[in-house]
Amino acid sequence: MSAIRVPVVEKIFSTNDKIANQNRQNLTDKKVLAINLMASPGAGKTSFILETIKRLQDQFRIGVIEGDTAPVTIDADKIISAGMPAVQINTGGDCHLDASMMGDGLASLPLEDLDLVIVENVGNLICPAAWDLGTHFNLLVASVPEGDDKPYKYPNIYRGLEILIINKVDLQPYVEFKMDYFRHGVEMLNPGLITFPVSCRTGEGMDAWIEWLSKKITDFKNIV
Amino acid sequence: MHELSVTESLLNLALSHANQANATKVIAINIVIGRLSSIVDDSVQFYWDFVTEDSICAGAKLNFDRRPAVLHCADCASDYTIDHDLTPCPKCGGMRTTIISGEEFFLDSIEIEKEAEKIS
Repeated sequence: MSAIRVPVVEKIFSTNDKIANQNRQNLTDKKVLAINLMASPGAGKTSFILETIKRLQDQFRIGVIEGDTAPVTIDADKIISAGMPAVQINTGGDCHLDASMMGDGLASLPLEDLDLVIVENVGNLICPAAWDLGTHFNLLVASVPEGDDKPYKYPNIYRGLEILIINKVDLQPYVEFKMDYFRHGVEMLNPGLITFPVSCRTGEGMDAWIEWLSKKITDFKNIV
Repeated sequence: MHELSVTESLLNLALSHANQANATKVIAINIVIGRLSSIVDDSVQFYWDFVTEDSICAGAKLNFDRRPAVLHCADCASDYTIDHDLTPCPKCGGMRTTIISGEEFFLDSIEIEKEAEKIS
């Protein structure tokens, strides 16, 4: 018997990353843009998705993958009644979606007929940041009532973003939320991050986001 | 709370390399973990004993090589180490920073035992 050192140097997430890359390739081959939408519980993820669908449904076909920790289909039902295909994934108590769950979700969606897939991740600001799902970009829905200190407390999720939505801006007069302080934290973690302040309730700011997203979907179809 | 699935991934990765090397037992697992990776090493250690039961990794020691978080300031070109909170450059107050290290999370190596090769 002898002890031997075997060099490995492999990322512990390598299996997940491999599956994520397969998902991304599958989506890209079918010219479907995919967004990983993350947020804390109650930030307005489902409302934001519904408002986005409402404004884009005449132009694009949108599918939704709903990640939830419990076997409830409340969110998926809302999307389906808005007329778009949705699939619910129950993580069985797990705090995040991973690439293999995302692959199962994609298999249940009619990708050939879609232009955009929005993945609603489990409401959580910590765990979803560590798992690549195989989407094309990461989006966070932050919201004013959560407080302006969230970028400082959850730096990892802010660092990996391509898009930041600040929801519920209509509540700013009623809660302690210093926009400058919030944005200062974001700027440190992710300089120049594309940010859209919106209110799903009043519709404020949604036009700018929709214009940006429409262009992104169209450009993606033309490039790939 | 995602350390259970992380620990399972770690076990699978270690087992696949151990099997490739024809190991009969894994003695130690050497992991590199950065200050900014959202992994709690105490939790990984806690789950390790459970997930390795009945495998050749049972009883293997987990060694964590902890790497500090080092940022590079684009304004004054200096590097600085941060503890947990992200802070502006202590030299010039600059905020245009990039992370040089601290996000690592990988299996560096494993230490194994194997039967002495039989010469026929």
